[in-house]
Amino acid sequence: MSWTAVADIAAYACLIGGSFLALAAGVGVLRFPDLLARMHAGTKPQVLGLILLLTGEALRVRNMQVLGMLVLIVVFQLLTAPVAAHMVGRAGYRTGKVRNDLLVLDELTEDHFRAPAKPERCEDDHGLDNPARRAKHEPEAPKA
Amino acid sequence: MTVVAIICGTMLVAAAVLSLVRAERGPSMLDRTVALDVFVTVLVGGIVLESAVSGRLDTLPILVVLSLVGFVGSVTIARFAAVEPEGEGRVRTAEEIAQEEAARAGHDIDHPMLEQPRDLIEPKDPKGTEHSTTIGAIPQAAKAVQDITGPKEER
Repeated sequence: MSWTAVADIAAYACLIGGSFLALAAGVGVLRFPDLLARMHAGTKPQVLGLILLLTGEALRVRNMQVLGMLVLIVVFQLLTAPVAAHMVGRAGYRTGKVRNDLLVLDELTEDHFRAPAKPERCEDDHGLDNPARRAKHEPEAPKA
Repeated sequence: MTVVAIICGTMLVAAAVLSLVRAERGPSMLDRTVALDVFVTVLVGGIVLESAVSGRLDTLPILVVLSLVGFVGSVTIARFAAVEPEGEGRVRTAEEIAQEEAARAGHDIDHPMLEQPRDLIEPKDPKGTEHSTTIGAIPQAAKAVQDITGPKEER
C-alpha cells in the first residue's frame, strides 16, 4: 500500500468525522432548550469539525501552498469564534435569554446580588456596558 | 471517494437543514445568530468537501472570507441588534431576571423591596454566612436566587 493511498484513507476518515460533527451540531442546535446549550452544540464544528475537514482536504491535496492557506483558515476561525461566542453569550445573559433553572451553577447571578451597589457615576449611559445606570437614569435639566 | 462524498454530503445537508429550521424558529435573535453560525460552518464544510472531491483549489479563498464574515455578522447582531419585540431585548438588571425566573417557576415576589438601597438593609438570612452580606440583605431576592439555583448546601 503506497503512501498516497494511506493519506487518502486518512483523509476520508477526517472528512467523515468533520461532517459528523457538523451533523451533531445541527441536531444539537435544533433540539437543545437554551441559548447556552445551543451555543455549546454549535461550537463543535466551528473548531474541531473545521480542523478535521481541513486536515482531510490537506491530506487529499498534498500541497504545501494549499496547506498554508488551510492553516490560515484555522487560525482565523480560532481567533474569531471565541469573540463571537463571548458577545452572543454576554448579550444573551444580559437580555435574559439564559434559563437559570437549567444551570447547575450560576456564579454570575450570585455575584450580581452579592456585589455592593454601584456608586453614582458621572458618565452618560453607555448601553450594555453599565446597564444598572440605565434604570435610574434621569435626563438632566437643560441648562438655561 | 464517491461513497465518502455521498456520506459526508448527506450529513452536511442534514446539518444545514436542521440549523436553518432553528434559524427559522429560534425564539430570539441570538438563537438565530447561533444557528446561522452553524450554517456558515456547514457551508465551509461543503466547500471543503467539494474541493476534496474534485481537486479544485480556487475555492479555498472563499473559506477565509466566510470565516471572517460570519464573525463580523454574529458580533454585530449580538452587540447592536439583539433587540426583540415587546421589550424583550431590553437590558435587565439581576433583580429583574430573578423576578422573571421566579414568576416562571410559579412563585410571586413583591417588587418594592428590591428597590431599596441594598447596603441599608441588615442581613437577615442566617444561612448566608460565608459570603453573605448582600445576598442575605435582600431576602426575597435571595429566596429567588435559591429558588433558581437550589439551596446553597447542595452545591
